[in-house]
Amino acid sequence: MADGDEVIRFQNVGMRYGLGKEILHDVSFRLNAGSFHFLTGASGAGKSSLLRLMYLAQRPSRGLVTLFGHDIATTPRRELPALRRRVGVVFQDFRLIDHLTALENVALPLRIAGASQDQIDEHVPELLRWVGLSEHLNARPPTLAGGQKQRVAIARAVIARPHLLLADEPTGNVDDSIAMRLMHLLEELHRIGTTIVVATHNQPLVSRFAHPRLHLADGELLSFPAASPTTQPAPSLTSGATD
Amino acid sequence: MFGRAQILPLSRDAASRFLPWLIAFMVWLAAMAMAAVMALSAMSGDWRQGLTGTLTVQIVPKGDEPADVMDARVAAALALLRRTPGIASADPIPHSRVLELLEPWLGRDAMAGTIGLPLPRLIDSQLIPGAAVDTGALGAALSAAVPGAALDDHGLWLERLIALANAVEGIAFAVLALIAIVAVATIIFATRAGLAIHHQVIELLHLIGARDGYISAQFQWQAFWLSIKGGIAGLALAAATLAALGYLMGQIEAGLLPPLSLTLWQWVSLSSVAICATAISVLTARLTVISAIGRMP
Repeated sequence: MADGDEVIRFQNVGMRYGLGKEILHDVSFRLNAGSFHFLTGASGAGKSSLLRLMYLAQRPSRGLVTLFGHDIATTPRRELPALRRRVGVVFQDFRLIDHLTALENVALPLRIAGASQDQIDEHVPELLRWVGLSEHLNARPPTLAGGQKQRVAIARAVIARPHLLLADEPTGNVDDSIAMRLMHLLEELHRIGTTIVVATHNQPLVSRFAHPRLHLADGELLSFPAASPTTQPAPSLTSGATD
Repeated sequence: MFGRAQILPLSRDAASRFLPWLIAFMVWLAAMAMAAVMALSAMSGDWRQGLTGTLTVQIVPKGDEPADVMDARVAAALALLRRTPGIASADPIPHSRVLELLEPWLGRDAMAGTIGLPLPRLIDSQLIPGAAVDTGALGAALSAAVPGAALDDHGLWLERLIALANAVEGIAFAVLALIAIVAVATIIFATRAGLAIHHQVIELLHLIGARDGYISAQFQWQAFWLSIKGGIAGLALAAATLAALGYLMGQIEAGLLPPLSLTLWQWVSLSSVAICATAISVLTARLTVISAIGRMP
């Protein structure tokens, strides 16, 4: 996927859970390949719901959502797993499988994609070493600290080289130093071409990185400011922003 | 470097402990019902084969009738039968054989004291295969020619006995169908319990791109292994039960109960119960999981 290609598009999207009130109202935006966005907003603003729509855990109540050019409302169900494999997700609650080791957790997307055991043996330990967990390859999640679990979750999200990485409050459960380390890890992934969206309500953290923001307030996308000038090159979003 | 741990730890669920026992019990019940069907089917077949195409004539003695007069009545009946078209042979059943036939019902000691009793004389007639004999007309002719002679073509007895065997076979089939329904319900219950217990992991697999078939395969393998284990245990139990029943029936005096013996092919058919149970389990698990995952976005 080349830089500038459209990765995801929302057009007048509304979402409600069951018969409840609408959580997201008329959300419209577009993200291009190679971009890095923060998704900000107070707790309850709808960040997680928006992410759930982006990683296809939820269907919109109305409006258009396209992922890698596919309208998810009309894409046959059998084709959705292939789309999901192009999206890496770092869940807020990690969602690691407790009875599997760090290696096995990270290997999961590869196993699902049908990778060979040799490929798994080659890439998974290497990635875990890259995230600084070389001494915890066979540790199970309950024995790991919060930051370590978070890094396992990130490793699992990126092991299959996703085109789009969505992270829901990745720094929510860790202290500032680990949060910065995780953010730099995401920066590294961005540099190798991964499109990244990080949902967070940690304003100080956001201000330390020169990436544009999608800002949600009460379910509405209120602002979409252009990238601030920074010392680090931020991906251009001007062609991708629709509001 | 590292093994392939079970992604969904289904083997640790409570269902994995009780399911093999339930399946073993159901396979045992199904195998017993099937064995009953086979035995009854063989029995009614034997009855049909043994009694179709035969006629029995009974000549009742009259009070203190001399033996030579009785012999003359038997000879008259034999002559009539032998010249009737469609009858291949007609032979008197020896007195000793009549005593043998009565012995299981009256006992050896009683039979010793009945030697002097006026026992009926019996004639066994074989029909030419495929020949049509009007048994009503033949019976009337016999009664007219030989006083005290009665013709029995076994039709009524055979009809009732076969009707009974068919009814019992029907019940056995109904039992088999019920067992299959209970097996399906049990697997659905166990699978749904597994889906509920492991909901979070299943949702995770779904979200990271696992196909529905990949997730259902986890349940299918579990259902397969549990059913195989239960099926083999149930079959072993059924074989032991049938062997014990066969031995006990063999101890009973001949004539009252037919022998309970199954052919090799029937034993192979019985073992298919376990295969069917496994197939039902795997298919039910698959459909239950696919249906549940199908409700996910």
